[in-house]
Amino acid sequence: MQKDIVEVVKNDPNYKELVAKRSSFAITLSIIILVVYFGFIMMIAYFPEVLGAPLSDGSVTTVGIPVGMGVIFFAFIITGIYTKRANGEFDDLNNKIKDKVKGM
Amino acid sequence: MINRIFLFLILGTIAVFASNAATSEAAKELNLSAIVMFLIFVGATLGITYWAAKRTKSAKDFYTAGGGITGFQNGMAIAGDYMSAASFLGISGLVYASGYDGLIYSIGFLVGWPVILFMIAEPLRNLGKYTFADVASYRLRQTPVRILAAFGSIITVVLYLIAQMVGSGKLIQLLFGLNYEIAVFIVGILMILYVTFGGMLATTWVQIIKAFLLLSGATFMSIAVMAHYDFNFGKLFAHAVELKDVSIMAPGNLVSDPVSAISLAVALIFGVAGLPHILMRFFTVSDAKEARKSVFYATGFIGYFYILTFIIGFGAIVMVLGKPEYLDLAKQAISGGQPILGGNNMAAIHLSHAVGGDFFLGFISAVAFATILAVVSGLTLAGASAISHDLYSSVIKKGQVDSITEMKVSKMATVALGIIAILLGIAFESQNIAFVVGLAFAIAASANFPILFLSMYWRGLTTRGAVIGGSMGLATAVVLLILGPAVWVDVLGNAKAIFPYKYPALFSMTVAFLATYFFSVTDKSDSAKEEKEKFEAQFIRAQTGIGAEGASSH
Repeated sequence: MQKDIVEVVKNDPNYKELVAKRSSFAITLSIIILVVYFGFIMMIAYFPEVLGAPLSDGSVTTVGIPVGMGVIFFAFIITGIYTKRANGEFDDLNNKIKDKVKGM
Repeated sequence: MINRIFLFLILGTIAVFASNAATSEAAKELNLSAIVMFLIFVGATLGITYWAAKRTKSAKDFYTAGGGITGFQNGMAIAGDYMSAASFLGISGLVYASGYDGLIYSIGFLVGWPVILFMIAEPLRNLGKYTFADVASYRLRQTPVRILAAFGSIITVVLYLIAQMVGSGKLIQLLFGLNYEIAVFIVGILMILYVTFGGMLATTWVQIIKAFLLLSGATFMSIAVMAHYDFNFGKLFAHAVELKDVSIMAPGNLVSDPVSAISLAVALIFGVAGLPHILMRFFTVSDAKEARKSVFYATGFIGYFYILTFIIGFGAIVMVLGKPEYLDLAKQAISGGQPILGGNNMAAIHLSHAVGGDFFLGFISAVAFATILAVVSGLTLAGASAISHDLYSSVIKKGQVDSITEMKVSKMATVALGIIAILLGIAFESQNIAFVVGLAFAIAASANFPILFLSMYWRGLTTRGAVIGGSMGLATAVVLLILGPAVWVDVLGNAKAIFPYKYPALFSMTVAFLATYFFSVTDKSDSAKEEKEKFEAQFIRAQTGIGAEGASSH
């Protein structure tokens, strides 16, 4: 990449905003999914009886079933949340940055 | 000329297939509907390959299908790469055998995807061209970093190929009554045809079609099972518990100690982000936006697929377990219990017969075969691009090579890898290869992922740090796995493992990160200083996509 483009982009407030917003959003969501998943694994390792408990008296369905399915749905939903914001808000910011250096 | 070779190979393969299926040992009944449906699949995919071959004119077309795949298509293809025969049959078999543990296992394979989206997908798409080594070596010295990345890619691909080839040989032997060597041979030849002639475009479409067929078949089976229970999970579970026992509804012994549990989780999450055949798919879409959509759709398809395998596993408990037609009498006479024909991994196959008769059994068998073909094709393409793009073009020719020559080398590499896959498939027929996929994930998480991740986000990374750290991660993963229970005890037959944990990734990935850090910060050379200065421009491109590879125009 040319030096002048680097200089322009580096000092562009839109670029600073994009990097700051996207980094914090991506890191937050990563931590959330890792906490959810490792929390699930730690439950299995330390408190398997919690997940093995019946959902209600007399039912064979255990707490673990909705929890496990929940983790699957959550993984899907959290990718949806990121994709929506990134393809909207972040890409709008990004386009402003790109417009500025167009033709350089 | 090419057309004639193509036609010859197709006819040859079909002839071998038909004659062998017709005359194969009488012990196995001929599964005619499966063979007919499989031949239809092969015919259709070879048609696609022919179409794709005419559109594959440059190295870019060959490696990335010209970069014109949409996010939805790519999501389906990624999901297809992930929904291998091993995961379809293996996970439903695990649910069939131990219930809830199967769900735990499948969740581990899914949660890597959000992490890939948040951390890897965009910078990968913005910085890379054909392989992840493009990204790792973006501002570092080409030769050492490319060699390391190519080595990491090839070793991951070959391990994965061994597992797929052996699994496929056995599966096809069981489903179609073909002998093992012929089965492995057919898979190898068809895969070579798809990849050499149709490149990434054919490989992607074969994967998409197969993913669609597999999801449709699995959906049908799940609906058929649930219809018996008024679409009420409680009733299905209650019946399954009655036939087995209540332990299938709770975590069992898949996760025994916390260290192993975390180490397995680390391998699964970060291993996916280091699998070359998965990473390569991000270069087939036009930009970062489509790359994000790919992950979103892929996560949806994969998650849906795992829910289906869970229902299928329980369906097999209620509809296959204890039914005389699926019982393996010979095995029962020796070990008692109620073993099913072909072992637990055949639970889904038997269920397809139980819900849909011979015709649907044929369909699912054909889909399982198709699945193997599609997955090995993607793997081989990833391995071939590491050889041609990273080793030949970048290391040996220092980038001074035209696109047509590079594509030719890539095709030769594909043929070579195909032959190697066939030979390894035959060599490993009766070996215990349960550890192989685990090793592939451990290496991907400990060598490929740390280098890729740090090159994207850490200014301080230097060539020395990357090469030493990546090599140490790779070596640690291999050594710990050999000294661990999976190889030292299960394969080599020693009484007690030297390294107590089955999954080395937690340790080997930590070694890789620490070593990379240490050997980077202590690198005071001029080139290290230069590499750090180049980070800014790289980071801007990674974040904004300015200067990134676009889709080809045609």
